[in-house]
Amino acid sequence: MAIDQSEVEQHVPGEFDVLRIKSDFPILSRTVHDKPLVFLDSAASSQKPRSVLQAMDTYYETINANVHRAAYTLAEEATNAMEAARSKVAAFIGATDANEVVFTKNATESINLIARSWGVANLEPGDAILLTHLEHHANIVPWQQLAAERELEIRWIPLTADCQLDLSDLDSLLDGVKIVSLTSMSNVVGTITPVRAIADAAHAAGAVVAVDGCQSVPHMPTDVHQLGADFLSFSGHKLLGPTGIGVLWARKELLEAMPPFLGGGGMILDVRLDGFVAAEAPHKFEAGTPPIAEIIGLGAAIDYLNNLGMEVVRQHEVALTAFALEHLSNRFGERISIYGPQSAELRGGAMSFAFDEIHPHDLSQVLDQHGVCVRPGHHCAKPLMRLLGVGATARASWYVYNNEADITALGDALEAAGEFFSF
Amino acid sequence: MSGLEDLYREIILDHYRSPRNRGELDSPPAVRVEGFNPLCGDEIVVYLDVDDSANGDAAVVTDIRIGGQGCSISQSSASMMSAAVKGRSIGEIRDLTKSFKSMMSIHEEGLDAETEPQEDSAGAELKLGDLEALRGVVKFPVRIKCATLGWNTLQQGIDETLS
Ligand SMILES: Cc1ncc(COP(=O)(O)O)c(C=O)c1O
Repeated sequence: MAIDQSEVEQHVPGEFDVLRIKSDFPILSRTVHDKPLVFLDSAASSQKPRSVLQAMDTYYETINANVHRAAYTLAEEATNAMEAARSKVAAFIGATDANEVVFTKNATESINLIARSWGVANLEPGDAILLTHLEHHANIVPWQQLAAERELEIRWIPLTADCQLDLSDLDSLLDGVKIVSLTSMSNVVGTITPVRAIADAAHAAGAVVAVDGCQSVPHMPTDVHQLGADFLSFSGHKLLGPTGIGVLWARKELLEAMPPFLGGGGMILDVRLDGFVAAEAPHKFEAGTPPIAEIIGLGAAIDYLNNLGMEVVRQHEVALTAFALEHLSNRFGERISIYGPQSAELRGGAMSFAFDEIHPHDLSQVLDQHGVCVRPGHHCAKPLMRLLGVGATARASWYVYNNEADITALGDALEAAGEFFSF
Repeated sequence: MSGLEDLYREIILDHYRSPRNRGELDSPPAVRVEGFNPLCGDEIVVYLDVDDSANGDAAVVTDIRIGGQGCSISQSSASMMSAAVKGRSIGEIRDLTKSFKSMMSIHEEGLDAETEPQEDSAGAELKLGDLEALRGVVKFPVRIKCATLGWNTLQQGIDETLS
């Protein structure tokens, strides 16, 4: 079965050749408005290497069949390919048991699963949920929905001026809290949060810890046990994988005790007229036909990243972030303000900024004419926007296929935007 | 950057630089409505003073102010709108809104050179005046919502006035 794509693109470990990496991503050779594409929006969704696209094609061309429900060869191969991907995901995040990996549609569904299954089973009126001011709406709204139904209290860890978590009142914030749900890396300002320290305090206070790893899992090594997480959510499409596939990892004891989320085929052991018996985790949480090709694509994406080495991926990101901080502030001085931590070590490669008082929407429109993709808007983090005192920011974000030339191109395009809007 | 000049016409930038009728009105008596563009975070507040000594469509918007923040397209569109509707009757404003919205909608026929223009479009263009400058926005479909934000908010305000 030719599904393992790890040999398709062999990179020498430790040697980070961005031009070579760029050539693995077919889309990066296209132009926009006759300019080479400078893709700086990976925090929203990453591009996909050829090996991921090929893995999904190979699945459809050679073994396409529904999983788990037949004895014929194709179905068995499809099931094996899907379960192999589950093992890759588990190993990628340091989980010891592949059955702790639940496939979802995306991180949003993963977090909703936690709220609807664990939350409904464990939260009583008056209980508190602790979030942070950095959160994406995906890690706010499901809790607000549940809080409204169950009369729960939501509390917020505040931020310092450079958008780091202010933990000075953590102990009192944790009093009465049953779950802490927080991002490990901000999608707006890049902040890496001290998950371990918070998890230790939360566990001591009797709370469980759910980590929104959407931004950190694609960009740095992850070990759920070192993080001290009880739940970890992330999306495949930000991790070089396809859309339509997300992951929820949870400690086995939690998964076993949690009620199913969606009901249907694939999640049962038995169904009678008077009721059903749920399957074991993870299948208990995977009702219906899963996105098989996307799961296999996610496995191929993980192969690609493992081949580069996640330590090296992180080093590249720190180096590029340091370059961006320096290049943009040297070049534009007071004209640019970059939100969030000012040291590359403390942050990921999602960088929100304000430039020349040009509205982010106008800015990104002009940048697009130069082939440069940055995202304007609230980045699904309106509470954070309010805290920053803005309605929107422009955000540039980078990944393994970006280099200093891309950042310089961003600087050139900003220069041009400044001229266009100079009043 | 030819495409950009279609979008950012001089008159648009002028309204962005020096927005007309910017500010607030005491509410009440003024009607105050907020509009949001969830896509880009733009927020517009419209304040309306309506002289309702005449009824329904004959009532006149005697004063208007625009607050909030947003991109050049949403701000300039709201600024031009405020200049265009001040002193007009609700009925006239309704017509103007219709003309503006039809300019902003991407009709199939707009993409088809052979189709005749709609019969009322000449009249609409006359009335739109400066607002014509926003026609280029149609070529940038994601920005249409920016251009219509103020108008939708105004519509909401008028509905509130009438109810
Ligand atoms: C920090 C964070 N959490 C959650 C999400 C939601 O991810 P998805 O839309 O793939 O469910 C995102 C992506 O936008 C994110 O950046």
